Amino acid sequence: MIVADRKKIPEIRDMVCRHKRVLLVGCGTCVTVCLAGGEREVGILGSAVRMSLKLAGHTGVQLDECTIERQCEDAFIDVLAPRVKDYDAICSLGCGAGVQTLAERFPSTPVYPGLNTQFIGILESQGVWTEKCLGCGNCRLGEFAGVCPITRCAKRLLNGPCGGSRQGKCEVDADRECAWQRIYDRCVALGTLEQLDAIAAPQDWSTGIDGGPRKVVREDQCIVGLGPKA
Amino acid sequence: MTNQASDRYVSSLQAALAGGQFVFTGEIGPPKGVSVEKCLHQAEQYLKGRVAAVNVTDIQTAVMRLGSLALSHLLAERGMEPVFQMVTRDRNRLALQSDLLGAYVLGIRNVLALTGDHVSMGDHPQAKCVYDLDSVGLLSAMTMLESGHDLGLDSKGAPNVLEGSPKFFKGCCVTPCTEEVAPQIIKLEKKVAAGAQFVQTQAVYEPEAFDKFMGEVRRRGINAPVMVGIVMLKTVAMGRYMNSSVPGVKVPEATLDRLAKAAKDDRQKVSIEICAELVRAMKPFCQGAHLMTLGWDHCVPEIIRQAT
Repeated sequence: MIVADRKKIPEIRDMVCRHKRVLLVGCGTCVTVCLAGGEREVGILGSAVRMSLKLAGHTGVQLDECTIERQCEDAFIDVLAPRVKDYDAICSLGCGAGVQTLAERFPSTPVYPGLNTQFIGILESQGVWTEKCLGCGNCRLGEFAGVCPITRCAKRLLNGPCGGSRQGKCEVDADRECAWQRIYDRCVALGTLEQLDAIAAPQDWSTGIDGGPRKVVREDQCIVGLGPKA
Repeated sequence: MTNQASDRYVSSLQAALAGGQFVFTGEIGPPKGVSVEKCLHQAEQYLKGRVAAVNVTDIQTAVMRLGSLALSHLLAERGMEPVFQMVTRDRNRLALQSDLLGAYVLGIRNVLALTGDHVSMGDHPQAKCVYDLDSVGLLSAMTMLESGHDLGLDSKGAPNVLEGSPKFFKGCCVTPCTEEVAPQIIKLEKKVAAGAQFVQTQAVYEPEAFDKFMGEVRRRGINAPVMVGIVMLKTVAMGRYMNSSVPGVKVPEATLDRLAKAAKDDRQKVSIEICAELVRAMKPFCQGAHLMTLGWDHCVPEIIRQAT
């Protein structure tokens, strides 16, 4: 899932304080699961921002709350559309995709981000999320025993560890696992150590963000006659 | 290129290692700024004629400074053979290959391929890490350039052809005393397969561990000459710091004790002795020593004298 965490209250307050009526919009998908931007968090944030606005002397701002099921899909934004005309700004608690989808749907309404979108990751333990995938567009997990060095090695090494691994941890941050220790250990456990003997070719970054913003077109899913939506 | 290099060898370092003699290399770090005279003077005074080649670090520890290519060129101009260290942290494959061609036309022949410390270790932690290639990828790129091609493809899918190809003496690094040696050896084997012709190691203070490591290197049939890395232990605090914070480097307590017990005026003398003893102890297992004196270049002549 996409993992995000909330921006600090003063930052959100300073973005919205110039507006009279602000709608705080949560999202019921990834950011609900990672406890950053669902209905519960919208409620808590709404109260905190109202208090912060008041303390900072911005008494004329009306801040209301709502949560929709998914901010990154137009069909789900339909339920929000009738309400938006009553507000002069939106603060989205969706991920970056959600913020931008709202901004495109409502061209005359400023949309501010309430979250910092972090990564594609997992819930590792209660309250701890970790990054697992960079979305490089060319998955090579089969080469690396199911552990992604492009995402999980700080230096994106494809041919083995640097000299900085210590007790299975990364030299950049002792709280992070060394991806190459994990790859090595898994290969040992799977009896596939010889697969690490081959030189791993340099990554083709053109399928990732370095190739420019990406688009997936599935002709079989496009509506016949209309073709892919521009 | 100096006069020792012949048609057969692209550099004096390659010739010296091929000649079977025990080879020393030194190292200098470019300044943070443009005042190059001091380090060039030091190299000229203490390293020239004593070591086969002088490594020039490439934005070492991710602390911004003058580039390795420029200082390597200045060393060559003054008759010292450089080992141009190249990290993959700061340049993508376009810039790496371009700088390799640039190095060649400036007369630089020895290139040491490294990944480089992460930017979070340095003085510009906000910088973008590149890591387009890893060190194995950089060695493959050098081998490709030598074959007259680059890493790119033309419109028919064939490798691009160069107008004139370079020839390098290609080196790599390894950490012999790391906790988990096996993955290091696998990677070293790949570096050699990708084109590495010599190896300079991370600092070693434990000759027995190094002996064991070299045994494994031989067992895997890795034939590239290995130069053991000797980092001058200047203070006890430095040793303690390495033990706590530099993975893959372990300074034995006995070595630290020896330095601690030395009278203040004798410390440098003891540091020199420690370096020379390490070289003597590891000489039977390897083909050379890479001396990293961290600014104490004036100690190099005495280390070499005591070690040989």
